[in-house]
Amino acid sequence: MKFGVVVNEGPYTHQASDSAYQFTKAALAKGHEITRVFFYHDGVNNGTRLTVPPQDDRNIQKNWTELGKEHDLDLVVCIAAAQRRGILDENEAKRQGKDADNIAEGFRISGLGQLIEAGIMSDRLVTFGD
Amino acid sequence: MSILHTVNKSPFQKDDLKSCLAHANEGDAVLMIEDGVYGAIAGTAASQDISNAKAGVYVLGADLAARGIAQDKVAEGISVVGYDGFVDLATEHSAVNSWL
Repeated sequence: MKFGVVVNEGPYTHQASDSAYQFTKAALAKGHEITRVFFYHDGVNNGTRLTVPPQDDRNIQKNWTELGKEHDLDLVVCIAAAQRRGILDENEAKRQGKDADNIAEGFRISGLGQLIEAGIMSDRLVTFGD
Repeated sequence: MSILHTVNKSPFQKDDLKSCLAHANEGDAVLMIEDGVYGAIAGTAASQDISNAKAGVYVLGADLAARGIAQDKVAEGISVVGYDGFVDLATEHSAVNSWL
């Protein structure tokens, strides 16, 4: 079965990003397909490579990046939500005249249409947030 | 068409679980996750709503454990599932509705 996953909450806030990650991992382990993970609202904060959590804590961004690499996941950060919160890739940084970008490996910035498309492409769309 | 409802708020904090249980139909499933798992403890104000529910009621075991709630504290009629069970519930119902 095809699953789309939506993450509406930032890392280390309540539990949404952790729950979404565990759900995604369990779905993949069962042989299901993840069409896309869409990071929306504060969820875009999962996609910055500049987080430095304590070494004895989980690294949520790295977990997503590694799971994405292992299963070729499409990790999409909403562009409008990202710009408001300072999540930029190289192109966006250039376009907005900023001196740095911070998008994490394996994530890409795109539009809200990607969420609609994920809904159309997937048998189930599962939302995690607060 | 049946629905899997997920509830992630404690019933002692918000009314989501109560509303969800009242809306869920026969054949639906209600899964308590995150702080929602506090609703699964036996003998609380939420227990009556759960026993009156038409839908099947489930709780995520990992989130119970994370909050130090032993499985023998879970009210009768509630099934404890893992993340694999969460995935199965999502496949068995035609849509997933997250009560956020």
